[in-house]
Amino acid sequence: MSRLRDWLVSAAVLLAGRGRAHRRREPERIVAPTEPRPRSELAVVFLLLLSAAFAAGVPIIYALDPPRFTQVLGASLGLSLAFLSAALIVAGSRLIPDEQLEEDYPEESSREQAAVAEIVEESSSGFTRKKLLGSVAALTGGALGVAFLTPAVSLGPVFNTRQLYDTPWRRGRRLVDENGKPIAAGDVETKGFYTAYPEGADREELGSPLVVVRLDPRELALPAGREDWAPEGILAFSKICTHAGCAISLYRVPTFEPVQPEPALVCPCHYSTFDPATGGSVLFGPAGRPLPQLPLLVDESGDLRAAGNFDQPIGPSWWGVRLREPT
Amino acid sequence: MSLVLLAAFAAPATASAQEKVGIVRPDNEGALSDSELGRQLYAGNCSSCHGSNGEGVVGEPAEGAGDIQALGPPLRGAGEGTVDFYLRTGYMPLPDPTQVPHRTRVLFNEREIRALVAYVGSFGSGLPIPEPQPGNGRVSEGLRLFTEHCAGCHQVVAAGGYVTDVRVPPLSQATARQIAQAVRIGPYVMPRFSDKAISDEELDSIVAYVQAAQHPHDEGGWGIGHIGPVPEGMVAWLLGGSLLVLLCAVIGKRIKQ
Repeated sequence: MSRLRDWLVSAAVLLAGRGRAHRRREPERIVAPTEPRPRSELAVVFLLLLSAAFAAGVPIIYALDPPRFTQVLGASLGLSLAFLSAALIVAGSRLIPDEQLEEDYPEESSREQAAVAEIVEESSSGFTRKKLLGSVAALTGGALGVAFLTPAVSLGPVFNTRQLYDTPWRRGRRLVDENGKPIAAGDVETKGFYTAYPEGADREELGSPLVVVRLDPRELALPAGREDWAPEGILAFSKICTHAGCAISLYRVPTFEPVQPEPALVCPCHYSTFDPATGGSVLFGPAGRPLPQLPLLVDESGDLRAAGNFDQPIGPSWWGVRLREPT
Repeated sequence: MSLVLLAAFAAPATASAQEKVGIVRPDNEGALSDSELGRQLYAGNCSSCHGSNGEGVVGEPAEGAGDIQALGPPLRGAGEGTVDFYLRTGYMPLPDPTQVPHRTRVLFNEREIRALVAYVGSFGSGLPIPEPQPGNGRVSEGLRLFTEHCAGCHQVVAAGGYVTDVRVPPLSQATARQIAQAVRIGPYVMPRFSDKAISDEELDSIVAYVQAAQHPHDEGGWGIGHIGPVPEGMVAWLLGGSLLVLLCAVIGKRIKQ
């Protein structure tokens, strides 16, 4: 009962004091007051609600069937963000006041410039042998430049090119396919295209992978000294292009020679084209030297074996390959 | 009368300007047995370049039908699988033997193709028509094999490309059987792969992969040539960037002097 009385008294006091609050003096405003724009406010509220609705749609769509509605998910999230930005744009342009301020450059003073020039001039009076100092500074700069450029030599072997001749291939090493199975000479068909590796050696080495093709022995025109490198017309070349080191993975071989291009090994990177019949000479493209050929032999059981190592450096043409003989 | 005259004058001009396509059909096709139909179609459409008994025209070009310089490989031992491939892809008949065979409208109807395949197949045993079972293949294994043996020329998405001097066809329209045939035949300058290089089971996987590549799932909605995330990113940046610049122009205000 007493609580009810307290309530009533408070209500009466509140009612009596209504509107009689002593008016505080408005402080001076920094930003000029803008007229209220209830319609713009409503528009912002509406856009924000739309954004919220589409955002809420994302988890709902995701729950329905995750893998199939990727585009719908993206569209929902995108629309939500689009409405959010629209709300911000409307609020920014209609509800938030803006003003333009301009500040002029200070006028330049010729006196100050002269002072700066004088300071610079007078500060260098301690240097009496300017020429000497200048040349030494230039020398230091040049030496530092050379020092910075030195790592560029590591872009390719220059001084030690031995590694470009060291391959796993030795006389008698068997050729195997990607499953490690020896390649029988009888299984290598004309018009076929095969990749081979050295048996029991690291396939990741630059010198390991080979391309093997078979041509009619009568079509071969190998360079002097390579007459016995292609038993039964089977030729093996390094699979690494001599231009930039990509894998030779294209082989064109005509079905009907008279009207179709001659057989060629082609690198997919820059279309360096090599002629297998003439020992890998360059027919076309940026490669600067022939594809290294590996001499082959057929053992008693009919499997292909290397008859030696490459006689040229394998892999792309580093400076060291062009400039130097093997060390 | 004048119309007929006009037509008579105009006909040779248009004939020489047009590509020489078209086939010769026996008039009484329906009445012929399959073997006789095959023989007549072969004589009319194939024999100038491939020889009257499939011996080919090799060496010096001969005078062929029309005014073409006839030249063509022998078909003995080509086998039904090879003939079926060349006819159903529209690679043959070729208007000019120096042209590169390419996928085009198939001119023979179903019965004619069967008759020709049987007739040329009778020249000597060769590749039978393969029956690949892509359902038995594994797409992931197919991707590995395709990358190793085919992607160098055809691109890993089977979209085709180039080898020096030669266009490599896309595989978008190749049927399962045609993929298997091409692997075994090596049409035009493609190498051929025997069942020792690619087994029949591996071929099933390759066919399954090519079929998967023919119908890629574009989760983003737009594949942009299927050549990877770099062009996708470039397109996204270009479109998004232009949109942002436009938006800035719309919401910005020009300073009034």
